[in-house]
Amino acid sequence: MNRIDNKFNELKAAGKKGLVIYITAGLPDAAGTLKAVLEAEKAGADIIEIGIPFSDPMADGPVIQAASYQAIKKGMTLPKVLDIVREIRKVSEIPLVGMGYINNMLNYGFEKFVADAKEAGMDGLIIPDVPHEESGDMKKACSQQGLSLVEFVTPGTTDNRISETCTSADGFIYCVSINGVTGVRKIDYSPINKVIERVKQQTSTPCAVGFGVGSPEAAVDAAKNSDAVIVGSAVVKLIMDGKLGEACELISSIRIALDK
Amino acid sequence: MSKGRFGKYGGQYVPEIVMPVLTELEAAYEKYKEDPDFIAELNKYYTQYAGRPTLLYYAEQLTKHYGGAKIYLKREDLLHTGAHKINNALGQVLLAKRMGKKRIIAETGAGQHGVATATVAALFGMECHVFMGAVDIERQKLNVFKMKLLGTKVIPVTTGTATLKDATSEAIRYWAAHIDDTHYIIGSAVGPHPYPTMVRDFQACIGREIRQQLKKETGGRLDYLIACVGGGSNAIGTFHDWRNDTQVKKFGVEAAGRGPAAGDNAQTLSNPASRPGVLHGAYSYLAQDDDGQVIEVYSISAGLDYPGVGPEHAMFHEQGVVKYVGIDDKEALDAFQLLSRLEGIIPAVESSHALAYLEKLMPQTTPDQVVVVTLSGRGDKDVQQVAKVLGEEIE
Repeated sequence: MNRIDNKFNELKAAGKKGLVIYITAGLPDAAGTLKAVLEAEKAGADIIEIGIPFSDPMADGPVIQAASYQAIKKGMTLPKVLDIVREIRKVSEIPLVGMGYINNMLNYGFEKFVADAKEAGMDGLIIPDVPHEESGDMKKACSQQGLSLVEFVTPGTTDNRISETCTSADGFIYCVSINGVTGVRKIDYSPINKVIERVKQQTSTPCAVGFGVGSPEAAVDAAKNSDAVIVGSAVVKLIMDGKLGEACELISSIRIALDK
Repeated sequence: MSKGRFGKYGGQYVPEIVMPVLTELEAAYEKYKEDPDFIAELNKYYTQYAGRPTLLYYAEQLTKHYGGAKIYLKREDLLHTGAHKINNALGQVLLAKRMGKKRIIAETGAGQHGVATATVAALFGMECHVFMGAVDIERQKLNVFKMKLLGTKVIPVTTGTATLKDATSEAIRYWAAHIDDTHYIIGSAVGPHPYPTMVRDFQACIGREIRQQLKKETGGRLDYLIACVGGGSNAIGTFHDWRNDTQVKKFGVEAAGRGPAAGDNAQTLSNPASRPGVLHGAYSYLAQDDDGQVIEVYSISAGLDYPGVGPEHAMFHEQGVVKYVGIDDKEALDAFQLLSRLEGIIPAVESSHALAYLEKLMPQTTPDQVVVVTLSGRGDKDVQQVAKVLGEEIE
């Protein structure tokens, strides 16, 4: 049982929805990321997704692409992301999920990366360019270390696909709200909420909805059938603009709306 | 289980959103590749529209120049739109039509694949969007205009390095958002399964025709086969039919650019520093830095400067089926001029890399031997740039 499971159990017991906040590592720098994570936690985040910057982030929209590009230019690397995790762990027990693309991890050596991530204090991984079909070895490496490797569902996911991919899921299931990439826009959350109803029939693993969530109203819509919502681009944009304070105001306004 | 592997290379490293559409595409491809109507229609367009079979031309002057093996050129440069790219674009657009797709998207670097895709989209009355790095749009104005003329919308990509790799990522992102009505025509034998297999199959006519044509020309004898490699579609199309002919030595020529340093060449396989990784949906070799970030590569040839390479080439490299070598900018430019002067054929700068390898190979050959070089495209598009490099002023 890792920090993610504990957190979802806690939320469930309290009858609350979870709030997952994505923060790109290395923006504006390592110290700034540490500060942003701790402030986000204070503002009401339950889980932090640490964005590991990659040069070619296929699943990300313009904001996270730009954030990743800037972070790489400023010298952020995978080993430095792990250093940030170590720094966070000195002062916080918030669940941390690394969100990154497979090439950086393969380049580091996947098994070594998982072992080092665990040692640093990471609790799970989200790898958007590794679908279930390719995840066999990675799943094994993660489960040996007690790290959750997150599975995905989308508005088009069928019941068969859910039984293929979700019945062995751990940590949480990333429910992609819309066909497309990350980024704030007006989204009809009813299709993904319907998929979540079907997921719930097959597994008790918590569901977190992401993509497009940028306001308290959107978060409430997204959280209808799910256990948590994920907010990324909206927060990253403000951090990129040097407005961490406003980012935290947004986080706490979403927290308040979810708790109502 | 993981699909579409060439040895350990290939696979489907894509977001979950794209998985159903890849499965749909794979099923459609498996169905239609054996379908007599599909094959007949494709062959009709190959012969009546594109200009297949292409000539296998005995380059007598070039042969005399080197004084070794007989040199034949596989004339893909004579195809409609000027390069082998049309083989794949026709195959995929016919497939997209049968799948009921309304819109075609593509990525392009130099613009050759973009023009080929815009051409087939015009022919079949389909909406077409081509993603192109803003930097490349500036460098390739002629092809951008051609695409517009053909009714295609050229979408500038400004993220990352604003070149081919970013255009490819952006095409995948757009596809993820429009999976229901859009087919993505990838231009090379790269990307997630089933693309590397499908693109190879649509290009494999090159190698098959060479075999057929050599029967008459040389009694079937072939000793050396040479093709240039960027993503590797003309090369895989050339080599595939010959992959089990171990007596035929095969050379895949990559761009050695302006030197061996990272970022100065596009040698994905022939550079000792290259190593495997995942880019654009496939596990293959790729140009990356110490942290696994994909780096921008360089070549004088815009068609060869892609940081990845098709996964089947990675397997051929590892198994020694094909030897991958590098030719630098200067060697390619020399070959560009040599073929123009000796044979009256202006080759594409990409293809000039394959031709330039003759300088190294021919001294080891004897007059009884036979070498075939795939001339993947014609050089009209490159004339202005080459003039500039050679210090000529033309408008």
